[in-house]
Amino acid sequence: MFAPILLNAQPIEMADTMRSEGKIYVVVAILLVIFVGLIGYLVFLDRKITRIEKKLPEKKS
Amino acid sequence: MKTWLKVLAAILLLYTIIAGFLFEVPRLNIVNETIRALYFHVPMWFGMVVLFLISTIHSVQYLRNPSFERDTYAVEFANTGLLLGLLGIFTGMIWANYTWGSPWHGDPKQNGAAISLLVYLAYFVLRGSVENEDQRARLSAVYNIFAFAAMIPLIFVIPRMTSSMHPGSGGNPGFNMYDLDSKMRLVFYPAVAGWILLGVWIATLRIRVRLINEKILNQENE
Repeated sequence: MFAPILLNAQPIEMADTMRSEGKIYVVVAILLVIFVGLIGYLVFLDRKITRIEKKLPEKKS
Repeated sequence: MKTWLKVLAAILLLYTIIAGFLFEVPRLNIVNETIRALYFHVPMWFGMVVLFLISTIHSVQYLRNPSFERDTYAVEFANTGLLLGLLGIFTGMIWANYTWGSPWHGDPKQNGAAISLLVYLAYFVLRGSVENEDQRARLSAVYNIFAFAAMIPLIFVIPRMTSSMHPGSGGNPGFNMYDLDSKMRLVFYPAVAGWILLGVWIATLRIRVRLINEKILNQENE
């Protein structure tokens, strides 16, 4: 990777146009939906396992 | 695993996703906006190393004090570490394809990481090939330690010594040079913490399932 060395180098392209049109929020929204869904699934699994653990009879030692 | 740590993981990752795309990043040639992949690709590896370390510690503890629990912890942390490692390799290949020109560049870190993952895959093959439970646990505990010891030079040492495309290796400046105003660190550090916590959470779920099954099996035998 090379840092811009020359001061008169062409401006580095980033997604400025798309950003100004607010399209970045679409990206964030999609990722958040996926992420919340996955976390929700983990929470569901976690609670399910907890329920089963509670159901197990105490160990007779 | 404490509930507040799980909540923290979710919050940190929510922040990572939102800030990762909305906050400013340095304007760099070649990578452009893909620099944001830093918040996802790199934490996969940090997470993998942490999980493998925890797994190795449990393997060492198993050898000193054999128990089904310790073996379970060792194997499930290795399992989840492998998952993060695979995600790291694939995300790295995607990133490399658009910045280095091809998904597999033969870069030393890429190769080292791939070899490390193969070494850990062999760990699971080893486990699958031994019938006796105690023998399996003992052999895999020893192998696990060697696997971790092999991973260290493969991922951390050799890439830095040879010519490499990865930042921070082979004479390339580390990312610190690009993140001069620490803008990226603001998102990167929480991201690393969040992804590690998530990895631990997933590992603990797998462990609990295994322990439940073992308990049920033991009670059926009584």
